[in-house]
Amino acid sequence: MSTPADAAALTARYYDLDEHDHPEGGSTMLGFWIYLMSDCLIFAMLFAAFGVLGGNYAAGPGPKDLFDLPLVALNTSMLLLSSITYGFAMLAMQRGQARATQGWLIVTGLFGAAFLGIELYEFAHLIHEGATPQRSAFLSAFFTLVGTHGLHVTFGLVWLGVLLVQIGQRGLIAANRRRLMCLSLFWHFLDVVWIGVFTFVYLMGMLR
Amino acid sequence: MTTPDQTWSFLFGRLTLDALPLHEPIIVATFAAVVLGGVAVVGALTYFKLWGYLWREWFTSVDHKKIGVMYMVLGLIMFLRGFADAIMMRIQQAIAFNGNEGYLNAHHYDQIFTAHGVIMIFFVAMPFVTGLMNFVVPLQIGARDVSFPFLNNFSFWMTAAGAMLVMASLFVGEFAQTGWLAYPPLSGIAYSPGVGVGYYLWALQIAGVGTTLSGINLIATIVKMRAPGMTMMRMPVFTWTSLCTNVLIVASFPVLTAVLALLSLDRYVGTNFFTNDFGGSPMMYVNLIWIWGHPEVYILILPIFGVFSEVTATFSGKRLFGYSSMVYATVVITILSYVVWLHHFFTMGSGASVNSFFGITTMVISIPTGAKLFNWLFTMYRARIRFDLPMMWTVAFMLTFVIGGMTGVLLAVPPADFVLHNSLFLIAHFHNVIIGGVVFGVFAAINYWWPKAFGFRLEPFWGKVSFWCWVIGFWLAFTPLYVMGLMGVTRRLRVFDDPSLQIWFVIAAIGAVLIACGIAAMLVQYAVSILRRDSLRDDSGDPWNGRTLEWATSSPPPAYNFAFTPVVHDLDAWAEMKRTGAPRPADGFRAIHMPRNTGAGIILAGISTVCGFALIWHIWWLAIASFAALLITAIAHTFNYARDFHIPADVVAETEARRARQLAALEGAAA
Repeated sequence: MSTPADAAALTARYYDLDEHDHPEGGSTMLGFWIYLMSDCLIFAMLFAAFGVLGGNYAAGPGPKDLFDLPLVALNTSMLLLSSITYGFAMLAMQRGQARATQGWLIVTGLFGAAFLGIELYEFAHLIHEGATPQRSAFLSAFFTLVGTHGLHVTFGLVWLGVLLVQIGQRGLIAANRRRLMCLSLFWHFLDVVWIGVFTFVYLMGMLR
Repeated sequence: MTTPDQTWSFLFGRLTLDALPLHEPIIVATFAAVVLGGVAVVGALTYFKLWGYLWREWFTSVDHKKIGVMYMVLGLIMFLRGFADAIMMRIQQAIAFNGNEGYLNAHHYDQIFTAHGVIMIFFVAMPFVTGLMNFVVPLQIGARDVSFPFLNNFSFWMTAAGAMLVMASLFVGEFAQTGWLAYPPLSGIAYSPGVGVGYYLWALQIAGVGTTLSGINLIATIVKMRAPGMTMMRMPVFTWTSLCTNVLIVASFPVLTAVLALLSLDRYVGTNFFTNDFGGSPMMYVNLIWIWGHPEVYILILPIFGVFSEVTATFSGKRLFGYSSMVYATVVITILSYVVWLHHFFTMGSGASVNSFFGITTMVISIPTGAKLFNWLFTMYRARIRFDLPMMWTVAFMLTFVIGGMTGVLLAVPPADFVLHNSLFLIAHFHNVIIGGVVFGVFAAINYWWPKAFGFRLEPFWGKVSFWCWVIGFWLAFTPLYVMGLMGVTRRLRVFDDPSLQIWFVIAAIGAVLIACGIAAMLVQYAVSILRRDSLRDDSGDPWNGRTLEWATSSPPPAYNFAFTPVVHDLDAWAEMKRTGAPRPADGFRAIHMPRNTGAGIILAGISTVCGFALIWHIWWLAIASFAALLITAIAHTFNYARDFHIPADVVAETEARRARQLAALEGAAA
């Protein structure tokens, strides 16, 4: 028969007797990554739809008639700059400077808003010329892909505004830092998607 | 000046009193029954003052076990609805001969076959497997909850919201008449101008949010929250199959979301993705939806393979044969499930090379699946098998599923598929694998884990009645469909010209009636078990001599699952703990950190339902208002930072002491 000491050793072998609270949000970054990948798939589908339908002009205007590359280049630079400034916000967060973090977030938000403004101007211009989403499958796919990206940026801006308030209320506590990290991933992800849009839709469209 | 009509249509969109199907006596009778039943339930809940209890202990609960049970209840309720559709179709087809139009008009019949498919896949099979994974996985990996408990609650309510919209379509307006995948151009606005496809789209989109989030949640849980020592290759097989399933969910449901969003744009905005003109491509829809649809099949069956693995090992009383080959087979199926989608439309005309590629990949899937079957057989080989209900369902599955798998391989041969495409042979095939696989597996799982969830076993007599009715009924109902499929009868037909076919449909209808008896027996089994719960009580927490960690705790498990997280040294961790006889810790309990309940999930899902309803009926002001409310509520929820609490150490100690006394009493009784 086993002695009490043996029994205690067995218990200690099979049960974690010295367990502490698990830090909250330990899975958040992984979970958010997985979410981003699922979102990436939505974009993949929209890219695929554009790939299939992108040449179906239905006797309507094509990319060469519609796209204004210098404007798109300006727009792209807005989004790229916003990514850099978000990076600065994260550096400030790492240093624990709440004010500076908020400042850089505001700059990021302004660049993001500029990007959206230019995109909306482009859309309005296209629609004014009669190149509406209903005109051809190419335009349906174009507006949906670019518009979905724009909706994501809009959502990112709302989130950014909420985080500004929350940092103001509670400072850079762990929960807020985690949220800033998630938004950071989200924001850079949108940047990467936009590089795809810029290349695949605009640049290659001009070569069609 | 606005006329009353304009005011009405501003306030209610397309919703008028004509939308109520008062001219369909069948629906009116159903509605009356539902209202009476609903009033009775609401009255009973109010009379027994259960609303507060339900709200506090269930609806707002973030406990994965309770959410799992709620998923199962949702699946069961929707199962009854989906089966009602099935038996209505069987009766219609059995009588609609020789000029008899049957009792269902085309408008109604087309809704029924669409609703049957949608409900059975999205609101029966999905809640069942998600519920099982929710309940079992955290227990099997020795965790206290999932990674994101609030999201879990939210996911459930979004699924329930989708189910509610489908149910609403029965009484307010109509459901889609397009078949369960709503192929355009039929599902486009030109050919389906009504609200049916709207119900379809928004029900699936809302439920899809829940499914995707629960997929993310369970992946994070399995990757991050396993007990110390549980390496990937020491995970129970059910956890492995759940992991693969959730990878499939996250990698395929966004595809469904995207393709349904594009169809919605076609219908609401007038874009041309899937239209016949302006460069749209209906076939692109078929491709995209099956890129989701085929993985979906494996989303349903993989966790069930896990169930059978657990059941076979437990009731054979030994370690699963070929654990690693089981894991690899699961992973291979996961990957292969993405490269077979085109076999759903060989007849599209992609050409011989493309069809051959997809035909071959499809046949290749039978290899890992076959490996699994042999693993189960070798586990049973020379074992002292206990034929309790879970094991009976497992054996029935093996015999049934193999046939379904083989007819699947037949269909994978493109030239054969050209003959059998959209025939009743196909219908028989996929019911053969879904009923013989998923449904039998869910019943095995319910009988297996019920004692864990509620602390008492299911009564075996009525379970066996249900078993035999189901198995015999299944073969009676679907063998005629194989025969007629080979003769060239196509699916979704409402009336028939050839009187010689009638006998087959009559046999199939008799099979369906037998299945109905099986379902009734199952409900009786639950009722009888609940009534006799004291004599069926299981205090051990381990009624089947189980092998995995969920059996290491009490039945039902305490809110925190494990007072001390188990440490894993081997596959079949609990079997090893029993073998070494490691005593449970008797003292040194600590406060346990747990997530706090929240009503945000049910509120958000409720607002989503309203938003979906408004979009279906073109009630634009309500759609905008509810969407704004959705955003505001979600944002307000992020301002709630107090999401956790501690179960005090003395409460834990008291609970564990009660458990120790329970076990001591059992040992005393045995000695």
